[in-house]
Amino acid sequence: MQLDRLKTGGRIDRTRPLNFRFNGKTYSGFAGDTLASALLANDVALVSRSFKLHRPRGIVGAGAEEPNAIVQVGTGASTLPNMRATQVELYDGLEARSTKGWPNLRFDLAALNDRFSKVFGAGFYYKTFMRPKAFWKYYERFIRASAGFGIAPTEPDPDSYEHRNAHCDVLVAGGGPAGLMAALVAARSGARVIIADEQNEFGGSLLSGSESIDGKPAAEWVNAVIAELRDRGNVTVLTRSTVFGYYDHNFIAVAEHCSDHKGERAADGVRERLWRVRADQVVLAQGAFERPLVFCNNDRPGVMTASAVSTYINRYGVCPGKRAVVFTNNDSAYRTALDLNNAGIPVVVVDCRKSGAGSLGATADAAGITVLRGHIVSDVIGRHRVSGIRIARWDGDTQSTFDSTIRIDCDLLAMSGGWSPAVHLHSQSGGTNAWDETRHCFVPAESAQANVSAGACNGHWSLKACLQDGIDAGAEVAARCGLRTMPVELPVTTEGTDNPMQALWRVPASKDPDRCPKQFIDYQNDTSVADVRLAAREGYRNVEHVKRYTALGFGTDQGKLGNINGMAILAECLGKTIPEVGTTTFRPVYTPVTFGLGAGENVGELFDPIRKTAIHERHQAAGSPFEVVGQWHRPWYFPQGGEDLHAAVARECLATRNSVGMMDASTLGKIDARGPDVVEFLERIYTHDVGRMKVGRCAYGIMLREDGMLMDDGVMARLGEHQYYLTTTTGGAANVLNWLETWLQTEWPELKVYLTSLTDSFSTIAVAGPKSRDVLQNAGCSIDLGKENFSFMSVQQAVLAGFPVQLFRVSFSGELAFEINIDSAYASQMWQILMESGKEFDITPYGTETMHVLRAEKGFVIVGQDTDGSVTPVDLGMNWLLSKNKDFLGKRSLSRQDCVRDDRKQLVGLLSVDGSTVVPEGTQLIEDPGAPKPVPMCGHVTSSYFSATLGHPIAMALVSAGHRRKDETIYAYLADNLVVPVTIVSPVFYDAKGARQNV
Amino acid sequence: MKKYSGLSLVTGALRHNRNWQPAWRKPDPKREYDAIIVGGGGHGLATAYYLAKEHGVRNVAVLEKGWIGGGNTGRNTTIVRSNYLWTEASLLYEKSLKLWENLSQELNYNVMFSQRGVYNLGHTLQDMRDIERRVGANRLNGIDAEVVNAEQVKQAIPLINTSPDARYPILGASLQRRGGVARHDAVAWGFARAADALGVDIIEQCEVTAVNRDGGQVTGVETTRGRIASKKIGVVVAGNASVLASMADLRLPIESHPLQAFVSEPLKPVLDTVVMSGAVHGYISQSDKGELVIGAGIDAYLGYGQRGSFQTIEHTMEAIIQLFPMFSRVRMLRSWGGIVDVCPDACPIISKTPVQGLYFNCGWGTGGFKATPGSGWVFAHTIAQDRPHELNAPFDLNRFTTGALIDEHGAAAVAH
Repeated sequence: MQLDRLKTGGRIDRTRPLNFRFNGKTYSGFAGDTLASALLANDVALVSRSFKLHRPRGIVGAGAEEPNAIVQVGTGASTLPNMRATQVELYDGLEARSTKGWPNLRFDLAALNDRFSKVFGAGFYYKTFMRPKAFWKYYERFIRASAGFGIAPTEPDPDSYEHRNAHCDVLVAGGGPAGLMAALVAARSGARVIIADEQNEFGGSLLSGSESIDGKPAAEWVNAVIAELRDRGNVTVLTRSTVFGYYDHNFIAVAEHCSDHKGERAADGVRERLWRVRADQVVLAQGAFERPLVFCNNDRPGVMTASAVSTYINRYGVCPGKRAVVFTNNDSAYRTALDLNNAGIPVVVVDCRKSGAGSLGATADAAGITVLRGHIVSDVIGRHRVSGIRIARWDGDTQSTFDSTIRIDCDLLAMSGGWSPAVHLHSQSGGTNAWDETRHCFVPAESAQANVSAGACNGHWSLKACLQDGIDAGAEVAARCGLRTMPVELPVTTEGTDNPMQALWRVPASKDPDRCPKQFIDYQNDTSVADVRLAAREGYRNVEHVKRYTALGFGTDQGKLGNINGMAILAECLGKTIPEVGTTTFRPVYTPVTFGLGAGENVGELFDPIRKTAIHERHQAAGSPFEVVGQWHRPWYFPQGGEDLHAAVARECLATRNSVGMMDASTLGKIDARGPDVVEFLERIYTHDVGRMKVGRCAYGIMLREDGMLMDDGVMARLGEHQYYLTTTTGGAANVLNWLETWLQTEWPELKVYLTSLTDSFSTIAVAGPKSRDVLQNAGCSIDLGKENFSFMSVQQAVLAGFPVQLFRVSFSGELAFEINIDSAYASQMWQILMESGKEFDITPYGTETMHVLRAEKGFVIVGQDTDGSVTPVDLGMNWLLSKNKDFLGKRSLSRQDCVRDDRKQLVGLLSVDGSTVVPEGTQLIEDPGAPKPVPMCGHVTSSYFSATLGHPIAMALVSAGHRRKDETIYAYLADNLVVPVTIVSPVFYDAKGARQNV
Repeated sequence: MKKYSGLSLVTGALRHNRNWQPAWRKPDPKREYDAIIVGGGGHGLATAYYLAKEHGVRNVAVLEKGWIGGGNTGRNTTIVRSNYLWTEASLLYEKSLKLWENLSQELNYNVMFSQRGVYNLGHTLQDMRDIERRVGANRLNGIDAEVVNAEQVKQAIPLINTSPDARYPILGASLQRRGGVARHDAVAWGFARAADALGVDIIEQCEVTAVNRDGGQVTGVETTRGRIASKKIGVVVAGNASVLASMADLRLPIESHPLQAFVSEPLKPVLDTVVMSGAVHGYISQSDKGELVIGAGIDAYLGYGQRGSFQTIEHTMEAIIQLFPMFSRVRMLRSWGGIVDVCPDACPIISKTPVQGLYFNCGWGTGGFKATPGSGWVFAHTIAQDRPHELNAPFDLNRFTTGALIDEHGAAAVAH
């Protein structure tokens, strides 16, 4: 039974009843309802409890400003915490519950807090819970349990989200009268327009009122405008789309809610779509928020803003009460009185102004409505619901108190404390606001970006003024886009004359503000007048301090209702003006947005691209587990017959050392560098004499950061007089290219050098081992692979097994080895051919782990594992790579005082004294295992493996003064205070002369 | 200073809370002070407090151009830990952590330091090597640290995604149990109140416009509230250190970037610890109020505007969903930006300068909040004694000339 549903009226579809549940009880509403309107239709006044004092709370607003009706919607994985009932569109089967109240909403034990509310004043928690010290964790557990509203889902989100980029000439935020008019004017000028409105239908305030435009109901006018906009090819019309963020360079973020109105889950398509809009011009037309009045017990269920009451009556066909009082300091609330009267609800108007309202006042009088001018509401009676109010005659003195009041019985109190333009987006964009002394509100002043505010958002209250402002704004932005606009006729509206509003920030009460019943400013956080006064008394006088100390405006409504009242009351108590006090920063977002919306499609596997080599599928088929290296998935090892990592790696190592192994080295970064100045450029980047390399030769090269620390390494080859081929580490590829481009583009733009990444275009297969030459010959190679024709560290073009390849004679294993660079399209085939050509030598594919062991046996470093950004080439014993003939990046830093210290950490080899312990990588090294803490550390283990070739563990480490400490014993500090003695040795464990690779 | 306690709340309530005194006075600036601290953030207020308390220098002014605690003190994600890699850094942060552990009692102001543990996740083999290295170093330095495996991570954080099929699966983590979070505003206010009680003048709405010198000696500052003289000036102005330095003709090796953070709407308790991930790039904890407090990396461009781009927020949300797929339906309530001064080695400068009597404490990058008490403690020592304490000696400005950098980039690839 929808007790409070009016017989007629509203924009709901009475032919489509919907059932829903709230706090376990089933109710019904209609299509077109919000959860809030449906609850009110069912006479549900109590919907929540406040954050701190657990006071009973009802619905107070009708939109984004709602502070009280915070509910949990949906169940299981698709549950949504902290939804505003005023913005939840009703669907059949909707399941909602209050987020506060234990054991239940009506009887809430924590409501005891309210009894002791003076103890729980602003910032009380900073003054207590300090003793005993160890008890904070228990206090905190209790505080945490009683804080918070909704419950986060505990299962992964079953829905999907998407991002869409858009560009437009004009973005219009808000589809009320001003926004529609602006969009129409701009669209007719030919501008590409996007108009977005957060509601399910356009019209804004027109949906809540009973006004007429051009002699017809306003809704018809709205429909006609929307129809024209939709018909034009240059307009994107978005409903249920909130413009929530205004970022630099007119980047506008819009959240389109695609499915929440249909059900718990997005049955088809996405749940939300993020529009990332770059707009030439923006029209801000989000309207205004009606302010509450701040009087005693103004938070009782049944106290609502007047505009919300009108919205429920006109838009939803619901009257949230049976006997109403309207309390106002301005004319607009008289419309609500008339709406109530028309709905057959007895209503009394309490107007603090002695003069009352203008033409609307006369209309009210004519309708027989009792208007008490020069009166105020001093208190509200009723706990779980308003049962009456006390009023008093008022002479305009804000400091006065009352002895005699009159009681009026009512169950609905509609209040209006004036209007605050929604300057949120304007402020987010960096714009400033100015206090308007006549309209008593902040209005947009200077714009920081290309935007115009229009309508109520610009401080215009009358329909006519809003329409005109919209026309002007549309013409302005079109002109700024260089478009010609046609004159548009101002639609005809009926206008009355308003009396000025009377500023009334804190309504006087029976006692002074510190002793009277609570006068709430911020409902959600229970911030009252007394709290603001306490904050000021305690020295928290800057508006930002007051916000943080009292939590004023910190709620999920971000203070849309209460902030201006709070600032005005602060101003009053500091003896300042409101503009002197100012506003707090308006931060993004306008209304909350889901993390899912921000992430869009970039979740799960798409979080970061997975890069796979062209041979990936063969590795997968061979059963290789993969190692994550940057974005790449690289084969880690190739287990056979249930081998574990160690067994497989031992086998792979021995096979490579004794016969031949093969690995997919495609992930190494590859850069083609060419141009007339390429030699000069690379000389500055690399430490060795790049120009001395002969065409066809390869060299190991390193590059340093400006601070002299090793940044990346790799083999480079000179392919021509003005062409080099550079390789980088797998993880460093993108960084290196960025680094090179940064220098080229910003520091040395005079150098003519062109860089092209070839990492994906070419794949690299390394064939290593004494039999590698035979394998290539078996496959059929167009060139003589013998030492005389194709010496170590050289490169040649060749045809291998019928495919054009670039052959490098380089080695990262210390064995005779070839690296085959081949077009990625043929790489997988080449892998297979080589596997077959190597069959007679039992060719063994190996992964990153074996590669690591083989190179460690040779003492070759891995940048990022054996180095950490604090290691110079000298520390690594690479002095031979540092040219004395030229300057290069980082060279100067190498001669800095700290870089020439002889006790720097230097690369060494380590052998465990027991000959069997593989010391974990990362282990710290110490000199004295008995030293008290803090124990000085002399280095750490960077690489550590069991070498099957050598038959014992080997390790590499950075050790203080390591180069001159050969054969000394130091200690590896393992977990659980276990200490293992290790001996410092040369980091080259195998074939120190390098004979094996040079055959 | 009237003592705060549960009892004081009751007596306050009985007097309708009319008996409370300002937490700090609003004095007009005197003409001269023994020391001036420029910057009324947590670090500056802590410096003033320890100057007064530890060194008996009580004729001190803290000059703040806006409102105290309004810079990075009020804009961070409140994580406190000391598990840094290099000894120099970890000992400094450990000093701070030790001060945190008694701060509420010391200041008689509840800063809500909650030692709920900090998990730094490892997602790759290299991450785990780095964790092993850092934890080993921490333990040798007497700092609590543990290496935990993915299963233990899951046990402590039931909602976290430890699936091996995740894009960046969690292989393990380092855990510092003594780490946690604190109430950031309270730190500024608590230090302000305690410093004020010792005689420190906290002067808000007072912007320094010039640094006066006589020869090589600092003599005072020009401010929007007039000239104030002092022979010792400590500058602690995160986000604007380079600006202040240029007033004394100094150049600092600092880049200033926007760093953003955001909170969700308040939720019932869902996350009991602090989770940080470098590879996935995000960090998250839940405030006592119930908001998920989230941050990640800096915006790449340089600037002094306390705002960033939405793209950075998007990436952070991706990272959080990667770790906690259920938070996809949770909503961001508010985002904001601060300006971080980043040094080339990701470590601060707490140092004397070539100008006698002028001291700088800056370059904390993305991780200054945790250091608030320790930073103030060593800076106070540096100013009072005109020489650094051994804990901050390595953080000398000169290290960028000598090359003795303390490179925490590798270990702290993620902002924190």
